[in-house]
Amino acid sequence: MSYRFPSDEWIKELSRLLNESESYASSAQNWEGDFVFEVQPDDAFPESAYLFLGLHHGKSPDAALLASADEKEAAYCVSAPYGTWRKVIDGALDPIQGMMMRKLKLQGDLMKIMRYPKAAKEIVSCCALVPTLWPEA
Amino acid sequence: MWTFVSPRIVFGEDALDTLATIHGTRALVVTDPGVVELGLADRVVERLVAVGFQIQVFSEVEANPEIPTVQRGATMAAEFEPDWIVGVGGGSPLDAAKAIWVLYERPDLQPAEISPFIDLGLRNKARLVTIPTTSGTGADVTWAIVLSDPIEQRKMGLGNWENAPDLALVDPAMAAGMPKQLTADTGLDALTHAIEGFTSTWHTDMTDGLCAHAAADVFACLPRAVEDGTDMDARTRMHHAATSAGLGFGNSMASMAHAMGHTLGAMLGLPHGRAVSLCLPYTLEFIAREAPERAALLAARIGVSSAGGEQGACTLAQAVRNLAGHIGNPLSLVEAGIDRDGFEAVLEKMVADAENDTQMITSGRAATSAELRRLFEAVYEGNAIGF
Repeated sequence: MSYRFPSDEWIKELSRLLNESESYASSAQNWEGDFVFEVQPDDAFPESAYLFLGLHHGKSPDAALLASADEKEAAYCVSAPYGTWRKVIDGALDPIQGMMMRKLKLQGDLMKIMRYPKAAKEIVSCCALVPTLWPEA
Repeated sequence: MWTFVSPRIVFGEDALDTLATIHGTRALVVTDPGVVELGLADRVVERLVAVGFQIQVFSEVEANPEIPTVQRGATMAAEFEPDWIVGVGGGSPLDAAKAIWVLYERPDLQPAEISPFIDLGLRNKARLVTIPTTSGTGADVTWAIVLSDPIEQRKMGLGNWENAPDLALVDPAMAAGMPKQLTADTGLDALTHAIEGFTSTWHTDMTDGLCAHAAADVFACLPRAVEDGTDMDARTRMHHAATSAGLGFGNSMASMAHAMGHTLGAMLGLPHGRAVSLCLPYTLEFIAREAPERAALLAARIGVSSAGGEQGACTLAQAVRNLAGHIGNPLSLVEAGIDRDGFEAVLEKMVADAENDTQMITSGRAATSAELRRLFEAVYEGNAIGF
């Protein structure tokens, strides 16, 4: 089964995979801070979307597609156009390099997030495991 | 899309004299007591005073510079208002100089906030010159800053492209007086930078040549530089190799040996170069089990092995051991004089710190906590990696 990106089903599948990942659980065991991933419109996907990913102590207790960015409070927001998200999920763009090149914009407590690089990498690895259906395909 | 950051580099004999060409009125020299004692800081101060600079010297930088130290340096800078910060020394004073410069320009920031994800807006108050006095750190040309948090006993990898120096003066005479052990430790640091910069998952066409060239020169010249400190050809090539490796890994990142070496240095008191190079053969062997291609390619490119694959990568690891052994450096923590009880007391913290070191993200193979524990055990005993 494939999951359309961005969608409620897609982010819930990512959340499920994180909850199955021992590697994520150990690397993020002290992490507290939810994320919103903002998908900005571009030529391939002319809509905005907001994906909420709850993250707490090595688990992902909830996840959902939001109607707007402020529907749920989150400690971090990562914003990028749809095409950039596709490159990240396909593994063609390292998200940390993407943030350094300002392809993805991160808002939140940077000091805290810099202490959990392995957890961030695990989330990206799990993204790549979600069988993804692209709307423009 | 990626980028390559470099200062203007003046290298070779009399490079230090370039100080006479910089324009300004006040310079804050950031260094350590050893560099002052050797008279190396004076060589810098004399040249700056000769062209009219007022000077203050901040010489409190310790090995593995701590956050309170750079905060004191930034306070001195705020009072003195320099238009140049001049870092003189090995990696510690140069990293401290970068941090002091950032905190002087941006007093609103905490050191831990110096990250590549924000715009710093530097160069409104001052610019930065770096002058290495060891041949290994590469900090003269990188934007990375490694600071120690004395409360958590942890090294933090910080930095931002903007805090790359404006000018690096790579004068071999400034490193010519290094004693044997410092020559060995810092030379192996340069080799670790070169190999990890080449094998990092962030390596690029812009960094590969620099790293390969530096690795080949370290293998060729480090034994000569250690055995005969008056061999200025070897000294010069090592000094240049360290900067080439710095340009390489500074733009492609280091990797697992640095992630493990950072915490080894912090917890067991080993010098940075000895700590990271001690880990290097083990991490090369570990990565070789799943992703040997880059190390094997480097081994072939520098003439260590044409075997390719895991065999080529492991031959490179063995070549690193052979070089370290040849110049008298330890091949295990046992040989480095670390007792078993002391090692076990800090093992779990070292595993946790290495796991969350920023250098870990560019490793060709990810390590679980259990694998990191086994890696540290292997480094302790000196056992080759078979997992």
